[in-house]
Amino acid sequence: MNRYPLWKYITVLVAVVIGLLYTLPNFYGESPAVQVSSAKATVKVDNAMLGRVEQILTAGNLPATSVYYEQNGTLGTIRARFPSTDVQLQARDLLDKSLNTTPGDPQYTVALNLLPASPPWMRTLGWFEPKPMYLGLDLRGGVHFLLQVDMQGALTARYDSLAADVRTILRDEKAPVRGVERAGTSIVAAFGSPDERDRAHTILRSRLPDLQFTESEDAGRPSLVGMLSPAAVTRVQDSALKQNINTLHNRINELGVAEPVIQQQGSDRIVVQLPGVQDVAKAKELLGRTATLEIRMVDDSPAAQSALAGGTVPFGLERYADRDGRPILVRRQVILTGENLQDAQPGRDSQTQQAAVHLTLDSKGARIFRDVTRDNVGKRMAILLFENGKGEVVTAPVIRSEIAGGQVQISGSMTAEEAADTALLLRAGALAAPMSIIEERTIGPSLGADNIAKGFHSTLYGFLAIAVFIIVYYHLFGMFSTIGLAMNVLLLLALLSMLQATLTLPGIAAIALTLGMAIDSNVLINERIREELRNGASPQQAIHHGFERAWGTILDSNLTTLIVGLALLAFGSGPIRGFAVVHCLGILTSMFSSVVGVRALANLWYGRKKKLARISIGTVWKPKAN
Amino acid sequence: MEFFRIHRTIPFMRHALVLNIISLVTFVAAVFFIITRGFHLSIEFTGGTVMEVNYAQTAQLEKVRSAVSTLGYTDFQVQNFGTSHDVMIRLPLTEGQTSATQSESVMSALKAADATADLRRVEFVGPQVGQELLHNGLMALLVVVLGIMVYLGIRFEWKFAVAGVIANLHDVVIILGFFAFFQWEFSLSVLAGVLAVLGYSVNESVVIMDRIRENFRKYRKADVHEIINSAITQTISRTIITHGSTQMMVLAMLFFGGPSLHYFALALTIGIWFGIYSSVFVAAALAMWMGVKREDLVKPVKKEGDAEIA
Repeated sequence: MNRYPLWKYITVLVAVVIGLLYTLPNFYGESPAVQVSSAKATVKVDNAMLGRVEQILTAGNLPATSVYYEQNGTLGTIRARFPSTDVQLQARDLLDKSLNTTPGDPQYTVALNLLPASPPWMRTLGWFEPKPMYLGLDLRGGVHFLLQVDMQGALTARYDSLAADVRTILRDEKAPVRGVERAGTSIVAAFGSPDERDRAHTILRSRLPDLQFTESEDAGRPSLVGMLSPAAVTRVQDSALKQNINTLHNRINELGVAEPVIQQQGSDRIVVQLPGVQDVAKAKELLGRTATLEIRMVDDSPAAQSALAGGTVPFGLERYADRDGRPILVRRQVILTGENLQDAQPGRDSQTQQAAVHLTLDSKGARIFRDVTRDNVGKRMAILLFENGKGEVVTAPVIRSEIAGGQVQISGSMTAEEAADTALLLRAGALAAPMSIIEERTIGPSLGADNIAKGFHSTLYGFLAIAVFIIVYYHLFGMFSTIGLAMNVLLLLALLSMLQATLTLPGIAAIALTLGMAIDSNVLINERIREELRNGASPQQAIHHGFERAWGTILDSNLTTLIVGLALLAFGSGPIRGFAVVHCLGILTSMFSSVVGVRALANLWYGRKKKLARISIGTVWKPKAN
Repeated sequence: MEFFRIHRTIPFMRHALVLNIISLVTFVAAVFFIITRGFHLSIEFTGGTVMEVNYAQTAQLEKVRSAVSTLGYTDFQVQNFGTSHDVMIRLPLTEGQTSATQSESVMSALKAADATADLRRVEFVGPQVGQELLHNGLMALLVVVLGIMVYLGIRFEWKFAVAGVIANLHDVVIILGFFAFFQWEFSLSVLAGVLAVLGYSVNESVVIMDRIRENFRKYRKADVHEIINSAITQTISRTIITHGSTQMMVLAMLFFGGPSLHYFALALTIGIWFGIYSSVFVAAALAMWMGVKREDLVKPVKKEGDAEIA
């Protein structure tokens, strides 16, 4: 009766093997590595780069254990492992010097990193590759910021430019209007008569679909009040948030952080986590900095060309490099800045189907742009991005005709990918809305290591204490329980590694607590078996009934605990979440290991003995019959 | 080994009234302290800055205090944290100052006073975050209570659901009472601990309720009083051993887990002891006062336990 079909044993065995496989990387630790990635959106890291890195390392007599290329979305990274941190540091310096030839203007980010030191055969498993758990900042040290994006600021800016649009449209259509102003988050336009208002209303409704106009009276005058539709408001806020995240990505790449986390949280917040960064001041400076975009005219006149060839820069001009490193002379006079750019999207030319970037300018920008393009047909115009005080020409297209209406298309000689990059760069150059730091956490690396040690030790000592007690109290069944408990830890760690969950100190606490609570299932079973024996059941019957009858109770009590875990997961933030994830997973693994795992052990040990006289479960004390 | 050589059913319910009155008094006292003393909330809830600084020698708190006060702070705390080498500094929120400038200016002042000062940790929380955390914490508590009531209501019966939830809230309020009385720091991880206790202690009540239901089926002639007594007696050894094991783990955290886990483990310790007490004496007794009957739990048509082949 106490026998499992073969498949059940195999299930348990497979679970343990998978558990071991996925837990293993956590014990190998990490080996020193150097990672090379692009410092600018205009510089690509690809497979060709891999050869260059290998070459530099061989030339510098710094052999790497392995060098490989990894594509993550559109970003490529090259990682090289080294046998020791000494070699790692030398290699970093060498690569930095050889790849970034212009000091102060890095093309590539060369960062120190730690990579899992699991044996090579594990890395050949591809998608199934076991990876160690990701350690939270409280365990590895680093900086955590929570940034609040000022959505009101983004909206106000949008309303300001919409008010200007309304003025331009009405003037173009020769519709008389007394005045157009932004009032809070609405646009108020006043008119001389209801007829004028009706006419303006019709025009604006078709030209500005984002705005919803209502007719009202303003100080006795007929007026129109325009508000953005809820969908448009969401769009403005979404794009502001996305643009800010893009900008942050670009800036943080410059810091050379190995694995930055930049995520949206809620509708108006951004989490930035920089593991291993100790220079908080630099990080904050970078996050708060504003990049600027400028549009200027290119001087391609013969005089300028010869000056360029001669290496001099005539008065009134400035020399910048474009994305391929070719020098271009542009005028000092700034035509437009990024403030006038509302959006930049990659797309295709509607006629030629060539890849293109579509720019949307605000009304002021559109007016200036129209005038400039009218006067400069056939000449080139440069779009410059200034970051860290250094400018670069993103693109320098030729003006084909006058461009009115603020919709600008840059096309020709670019691939769809380049168009996407350019659009990103133009958008990401500046922050769409101001941000403020509302939460900051810095954890030194020594504190992180301390936390790991403390968390690990307390779990270990607690586990040992429970194991000793339970074995003394329940003998062989205590042994089974201990093995079940160990299996529980194994499966839990494997599951966390598999899900690439972030382990934090509260997470370690949850592992410890889960173990302390998981023993409950075992105690319930063992006590039940003893009770059955006490009531005179045969040993085999007692094992059978013990597991069977304890199961209902185990299920009930674990489900209630799971309800708590899920609620914590849903409403918790930060440390509570870290705790809840581990807690919930731990409940599931503990049910499996104590009910299926321990049962398998007991069945394997006792199941086939037909005439089992007694089982080793400690003293079964029977009250004297009276 | 066997700790519990119990000859006959222990009449737990005989003293139910007295114990429930004691519970009520403890509960009221806890509520009283929560109201009058309030909590010593960590900066996660209140907003502000915490810095942890490590010194090569034993830190001289007076020097640290004077260094911080030269920067114009008046309402700040400096205290040892963990060891005598570690110092924790709490700074209040100040208008118009960002965390960047705050922690840097303090750190440079400390370095000027003692060059071995090493910044281990900075935590800055803006005021709006704290409000949200408090709100989310209360929401979590509410959902947990409702979830448990619904589950127990379906699985057992509404009287048990109500009794279980009251017993467990009683534990939670008493833990909170301890934190209010001793003015221990109430942080997010303590909140996690308190909520975990809620689950843990329900777990305990469930085990006893399960037994009560089973006994209702088994002993058809016994009255409610005897059923509850026998259920508790039969599970008492499991109760003590399980909680003892969990407590061992929690003690390991309390002693070896360092200051970050200290209050978390403390909350759990109190929770475990009151969890035992409340599920034995409070939950079952409440169900009894509410008049739980055999018919509530045993559906008459159901046949149970006979169809087994041994």
